[in-house]
Amino acid sequence: MFRILKDLLRYNREFALGAILILLVVAMSLASFFSPYPSGLQYVAPFDVPPSWGHPFGTNSRGQDVFWELTFAIRNSLLFGITVALLSRLIALVVGLTSGYIGGVVDRILMSINDTFVVFPPFPILVLVYFIFKDHMSWALLAVAMASLGWPYDARLIRSVALSLRTREFTTQSIFSGMSTRQILIEEHLPYVLPIVFATTMNNINWSIGLEVTLSVIGFTNIETPTIGTMIYWANQHTALVAGVWWWIAFPVGLVIMTFIGLYLLSVSMNEYIDPRSRLSRMGGSA
Amino acid sequence: MHPSRRDNGSAGEPRPAPEGPPALSVDNLRAYYLMHYFGVEREVRAVDDISLVVRRNEIYGLAGESSCGKTTFLKTIAAAVRPPLTVVAGSVRYGFLDRDIYALSPAELSAIRWKHLSYITQGSMNVLNPVRRVRQSFIDFAYRHMRLHRRAFFAAVEQHLRRLHLAANVLDAYPHELSGGMKQRVTIALATICRPEFIIADEPTTALDVVVQKDVLAMIREAQQQIGSSMLFVTHDMTVHANIADRLGIMYAGRLVEEAPTAEIFTKPMHPYTAHLVASLPRIGEQSRKKSLSGAPPNLAAPPSGCRFHPRCPLTMDVCREASPALTTLAPGHRVACYAASPLVKPSATAERAAVPTPRAEPVGLVQ
Amino acid sequence: MSGDLLEAGHVTKSFAIGGLFGRGHFNAVDDVSFTVQAGRPEILAIIGESGSGKTTLARMILNTLAPTSGAIRFRGEELLEVRGRKRRLDFMRQVQPILQNPYEAFNPLRRVDRYLYASAVRLAGAQSQKARDEAVDAALQKVGLSLAEVKGRFPHELSGGQLQRTAIARALISSPALIVADEPVSMVDASLRMSIVNLFQRLRDELQVSILYITHDLATAYYISDRVIIMQKGKVVETGPAREVLIHPQHPYSILLKESVLSPDDVGRGRLTLEHDGEAMRLERIVR
Repeated sequence: MFRILKDLLRYNREFALGAILILLVVAMSLASFFSPYPSGLQYVAPFDVPPSWGHPFGTNSRGQDVFWELTFAIRNSLLFGITVALLSRLIALVVGLTSGYIGGVVDRILMSINDTFVVFPPFPILVLVYFIFKDHMSWALLAVAMASLGWPYDARLIRSVALSLRTREFTTQSIFSGMSTRQILIEEHLPYVLPIVFATTMNNINWSIGLEVTLSVIGFTNIETPTIGTMIYWANQHTALVAGVWWWIAFPVGLVIMTFIGLYLLSVSMNEYIDPRSRLSRMGGSA
Repeated sequence: MHPSRRDNGSAGEPRPAPEGPPALSVDNLRAYYLMHYFGVEREVRAVDDISLVVRRNEIYGLAGESSCGKTTFLKTIAAAVRPPLTVVAGSVRYGFLDRDIYALSPAELSAIRWKHLSYITQGSMNVLNPVRRVRQSFIDFAYRHMRLHRRAFFAAVEQHLRRLHLAANVLDAYPHELSGGMKQRVTIALATICRPEFIIADEPTTALDVVVQKDVLAMIREAQQQIGSSMLFVTHDMTVHANIADRLGIMYAGRLVEEAPTAEIFTKPMHPYTAHLVASLPRIGEQSRKKSLSGAPPNLAAPPSGCRFHPRCPLTMDVCREASPALTTLAPGHRVACYAASPLVKPSATAERAAVPTPRAEPVGLVQ
Repeated sequence: MSGDLLEAGHVTKSFAIGGLFGRGHFNAVDDVSFTVQAGRPEILAIIGESGSGKTTLARMILNTLAPTSGAIRFRGEELLEVRGRKRRLDFMRQVQPILQNPYEAFNPLRRVDRYLYASAVRLAGAQSQKARDEAVDAALQKVGLSLAEVKGRFPHELSGGQLQRTAIARALISSPALIVADEPVSMVDASLRMSIVNLFQRLRDELQVSILYITHDLATAYYISDRVIIMQKGKVVETGPAREVLIHPQHPYSILLKESVLSPDDVGRGRLTLEHDGEAMRLERIVR
């Protein structure tokens, strides 16, 4: 495993760059555990101090140190994004693999559901969810809602791979070896589907963080929890740019852009590595 | 239009060597796959020190099992070499060129392709454009080489098709409307229309049904005789070679182990591998027990030392493990690389190399 | 009737063709009937070219495709009645396939012994690791390989002949009564073919397994089969004992097939003549 990472770092510049960026982001989020200020507390620092030695990213109009607040923010945003991505991958995998493999009526039903979900515009639906659950709105609920909207595209991709795998001869051999459907899907077909899953995970993390930021900026999430989006929300509430407190907006935005670019580079570079055909060329065979 | 008997002349008898330079001359050719993939380095010696000569107006058959390197050999002959495949040593000279084919520029290469050097592949779908009619493929491949006006060009195409017993209306068909055998016949007509001096055939009948196979082989033979071109015919099926090749070369693990006129290969094989290939052919009417060879073809990334066949050979001696035998002429036109065949066979001077040879100048011939 | 291992009665399979306007259908398998007796293992060769329906017939016998009409019975039980996991497993214990392409028959990303172990567990009922190893090794020995050679290997590390023999070993683990071999040697090199073909003979003689040998190669069919069925465009054109049919074919298509077989005995004379030239031409029409 480590040899693989070492090889990737040495030979693939995109991976190296992506890895560095993400490591920085993760370091920032881990730094949150060392924060001298507890999360979310206000009026703990002087107002509107520009970036300086004592406050590397400055402080904001709520009396918070931007740097330490940002560490909490990026941690929460990342966790949220990863949760949504994992949940929706799970749904996409189950739906895609079973409908591609079993076919027939099951396939038609699942794909009808799939196509219905594709048509839903995520943003208005989430706004609607917020209005329905206003007071009981929590991050968990939001994560579940977003995961239910984020799986359809990828389910179709996975299904098309599963369709082609179904007709391959080793699938017949697996059936006649007595393997159960679940065993075949997980052990035989999953390795082929993994590259898609991996690439779409990174994209999904980007998408969900982006959507979370959008919702938070408008104020449709729990604004007391520090996330990238809520930081920007509060900055807007205090008209930061007009007041000249540019560091309140610049650093969160910069950090989230770094996250997006890092994840994208990682997914693109790892994809080539995980792809079955390139794995086989390295092992010496052919797919 | 269809004669009830077609006699395509006799194959397998050695013809007197015609005057002039050979159609193809390959000297000490080596082509390896050099792969560096995420830190893993592999060197697959697909073509390892092969020298052969194809005379004019003859069909030279190349036999050998899969992964013995014959497809790679074809690629190197056609200068269709692309990384990770690299030509490491040796030369490939055609009769119609004054230089090694690797000394040509890409423009010169594309000028000789199809006009002087054409190929027939295993799957005709690799050649015929599936979304255009057949006549478009003829235009794509042959039009600029023949330098005729459109009408004259198509008149020439139709005449060529007629001579090969194909209906002219096949030009208006789409490839998917034709059967497999028909497509292959069209491919052969396509490959021969510019009357090239050399044709490379890579398993052209392997994917075809039994009935069609014989017909297509007859057509290949007829086309070759009409044009007088030379052909390098590669297949693993020995009975096909028996019926079409004039001379036959047997390849094993990237090396040539025997070469002789076809009749001699079948009646007097001298190399144990050839003997096994010939003896294990099942025939209708014969039910005697056929023996099979133990072991498996070697991995070309880590071939056995010395003679590459020694792990599976029933006649292995000590010297076989140490040094690779040279391809030696033991009878007129008959070369063998086996110590057991004759004491005249000595270790090869060029076969072994200590370190990985450094690649020559960048391969110029790249397939488009 | 009840003593038959396999009985195919007027089996027909038709597929729909055509596009949006006007659908026709064609019969891939047309009214095929034959039986394989129990108690007397034999090798039955089904010979045909591409489009003859032999692979479709094989899939119906393996119960992966349902016939449009007619019935296939295995040991008296209709295949369409075999439903549910338990009955399917029972069926698979007795009828096993050998597929055409040994390189495709194994997942290139996974090790080869997985299928062997899975068969041992699910089909032969081996529970402990020791029992599994024993069952797998025994089967591999029958085909001339051993567990040491195959354990932990990926498909690309083995040759075509070894892979096909491993596939045969896997099929043997449950001690089946019938093996359906769909062109088992067409993708294997000529030099390795005989070892597999010889193996089929041993399976019939020593292990009492009946084999349905589906092929287009008349020479190997002559070499090992007891009976022969020749198919053309979905129909059975000739059937009978192998020596009789292949040496003295009666039906025009069988005669044409035999004539077209290339023989190494023609070397030196190399006559590529075709007696029934017109017939061959007619067999290939330009379809519009």
